[in-house]
Amino acid sequence: MTDKLTVNKAGSDLEYLLHGNWKCGIDDELAVIKNEVLTPGSKIHLNFDLDSWGDNLVCFLFSLRKMCFEKNITVTMSGLPQGAERLLTIAESVPEREGAAADEKVESIFQRVGEATIDIFKDIKDAIKFTGDVAIATKDFLFNLSHFAWKDFMNFMRDCGPSALPIIALITFLVGLILAFVGAIQLQLFGAQIFVADLVGIGMVRELAAIMAGIVMAGRTGAAYAAQLGTMQVNEEVDALETMGISTIFFLVLPRMFSLIIIMPMLCVFANIMGVLGGMFVGVFVLKISPILYYQQTINAIRLQDFTIGIIMSIIFGVLVSGAGCLRGMQCGRSSAAVGKATTSAVVTGIVCIIVSTAIITVICDFLGV
Amino acid sequence: MTSKIHIDVKDLTMAYGDFLIQKDLNFSIRRGDVFVIMGGSGCGKSTLLRHMIGLKKPAKGEIIFNGKSFWNSSKEIQSSIRNSWGVLFQSGALFSSMTLAENVALPLKTHTNYSELAIQELVSFKLSLVGLKGFEKFYPSEISGGMQKRAGLARAMALDPEILFFDEPSAGLDPVSAKRLDDLIIELSQSLGTTIVIVTHELASIFDVGTNSVFLDPVSKTMLATGNPKDLLENCNNSVVHEFLTRAKEESNINEK
Repeated sequence: MTDKLTVNKAGSDLEYLLHGNWKCGIDDELAVIKNEVLTPGSKIHLNFDLDSWGDNLVCFLFSLRKMCFEKNITVTMSGLPQGAERLLTIAESVPEREGAAADEKVESIFQRVGEATIDIFKDIKDAIKFTGDVAIATKDFLFNLSHFAWKDFMNFMRDCGPSALPIIALITFLVGLILAFVGAIQLQLFGAQIFVADLVGIGMVRELAAIMAGIVMAGRTGAAYAAQLGTMQVNEEVDALETMGISTIFFLVLPRMFSLIIIMPMLCVFANIMGVLGGMFVGVFVLKISPILYYQQTINAIRLQDFTIGIIMSIIFGVLVSGAGCLRGMQCGRSSAAVGKATTSAVVTGIVCIIVSTAIITVICDFLGV
Repeated sequence: MTSKIHIDVKDLTMAYGDFLIQKDLNFSIRRGDVFVIMGGSGCGKSTLLRHMIGLKKPAKGEIIFNGKSFWNSSKEIQSSIRNSWGVLFQSGALFSSMTLAENVALPLKTHTNYSELAIQELVSFKLSLVGLKGFEKFYPSEISGGMQKRAGLARAMALDPEILFFDEPSAGLDPVSAKRLDDLIIELSQSLGTTIVIVTHELASIFDVGTNSVFLDPVSKTMLATGNPKDLLENCNNSVVHEFLTRAKEESNINEK
């Protein structure tokens, strides 16, 4: 019994009196009827003496009648406000849709592992198919230069080139600086500070500049590509191209991939310079090496093959990052959540590809002795 | 208007994986028809359209254009069939990085050898047809939703298609713009003889423009009726179809009595 609900018992039958304000919360009342011990076949009669009522009243009656229906209890009412009666009729007139209230499936660990494994293979298959499509489109490109989206291509070049310079400059300068500091502490023990120039020069030019540029571009351009293409999927723009008989790979993917592949080596050269400058900053201001001497030492340390390996790596990263971005964008589903997922996945795939390919290239270089 | 069959859908079953959308669809569209695909929400109208425009492969059955089965044809024939279509998507699907003129010019540049000047003139003409004269240099984000849709129509019409597909053309338009679009559709079908396929659930449009139709039912997962919507209204005995076409008016009248 609560301040809105009075219960009278008469044998197994019940009589409720609903009174007062039924506009506000009905927690207590629901608890009362849930806790009531009801014998199947018994009757409930409801009387109403309401000051005011709202949705809550109808909700209470709805759940009471549902419960009573299940337990085969007859509910009778007298004095229910007309509006409430109509709402109740509407709510009860639609039968529960079959299968709509299906229990949430609990997936076993085996099922989940199995599904994840199938997904991995599907992913690999998609990536291989995408690579093939891009290869075919590249062949078309060579025979079909005039149909290429040159305007888009130039825009993408600008977006991933000049606009990325500040962030690349900042990051590679600081990486060079950190490398120099870490090296300097050790090298000072032997009085060999001057070799900081070798350490930073070779480290940056051969590996780190390309890797840092690659990672920045994965976060910047790879993500942008995935988001652009994903949004185009959502807007049916990709479908529109297909129905016009225009290859989506040729028209959307190639300009994006080509622009990053062309820009990456240039960014790598820029990153080399900034990295060496970072090292020089430490050399000159902390270790008191003269700038000329530092420059000479760096130039002598870096061999042509170090520089070449760095550039080749940056081109490979360009392929991988832009490819991952475009692939994830093209795989994207048709909702805003899917675009978010595609973007995240593009960055993760890009960075993983960069690290794995660096490891492979390093092993190959070691094997070849370059 | 000739009564030659233009599109023939035979025994079509549509499914996403194991999930059945519609089964046993059989209907044909004559040349010059304005064909309406109708049915309640979620019955697979748009999915049927995606099958007809070659974006999704049927689980079973065939879609035949001018006697050629789309999915059993070689890539070359498929692309020639594709070039005889224009599609207007629900949102217009204009390319946001291009101006309206560039959007409309894209299919022309890809599939024809017209000179730059000819393309420019054609683009202006098509844009004027849909009431967007002088909007060549605008980007899609700078115009309203209704205008985007009309620009999408101009792009769909760029190659003088034999068939135009519309996915819910009046969705999201005010009644006046929707009416104007309907008028344009009728005009196109009458003056150019274009076969038109429309997905819609707007009753007003259905009776205004439709000369033939198919009704899809989400419960039984198949088609319930096909034919001229006006005839269906008078002669169809199926209660679901009747309820849809009369907006459930008669039934509620009975209830009130």
